[in-house]
Amino acid sequence: MMTAALFFAFGCFGLGLLFNLWRIATGPDAADRILALDTMVINVIAMLILYGIYRSTAMYYEAAMLVAMVGFVSTVAYCRFVLRGDIIE
Amino acid sequence: MSLITEIVISFFLIVAGIFGLVGSFGLLKLRDSMQRLHAPTKATTLGVGGVLIASMLYFLLGKGTLSFHELLITLFLFLTAPITANFIAKTFITRNVRDHELPETGGNYGWAPYDDPPPQEVDIPEDKTGG
Repeated sequence: MMTAALFFAFGCFGLGLLFNLWRIATGPDAADRILALDTMVINVIAMLILYGIYRSTAMYYEAAMLVAMVGFVSTVAYCRFVLRGDIIE
Repeated sequence: MSLITEIVISFFLIVAGIFGLVGSFGLLKLRDSMQRLHAPTKATTLGVGGVLIASMLYFLLGKGTLSFHELLITLFLFLTAPITANFIAKTFITRNVRDHELPETGGNYGWAPYDDPPPQEVDIPEDKTGG
């Protein structure tokens, strides 16, 4: 039963990733694309932790933590670049 | 693992999956950019929180090991989601909305993309060596 719930959650977050990819392809503005990229990062974190439950190993938390940090820094850097034309002034 | 544990973990997994799907679907469905900002920053963060609670319960009740990595990831995500949303809203305002179209802020200074920050009283030490 828990395996079925795991695969349901995998399907939900995978479908969410496809929606985000569609928004990146057709987003009318740069802000939409940044928002879709940030949502993709959050969905990928959820899928990594689900895969950790599926394999029943605690090895994927470090990967999820690194993806979370890199995703936040990249989103802020992209926004700074659009806002000011420079990242570190 | 007992049946009641599996039921609790499955409940959290299904709720998390539905929240994540609703957040990503809202990114596709809503009309305006500023409306689209609402769906992923709230619903998807809640979905990840549900997955992390399910993982913590699985390793606590199934394996018997208590781990705090999930709490670290939850804290980091819940701290950074509002900052990211604020930055994206500022980016949208800078690119699409001009200064005279915005409403009054009601404060001492205007909106952040179009007005300088207020002057701060900071004591800058004078250079006494004279160079």
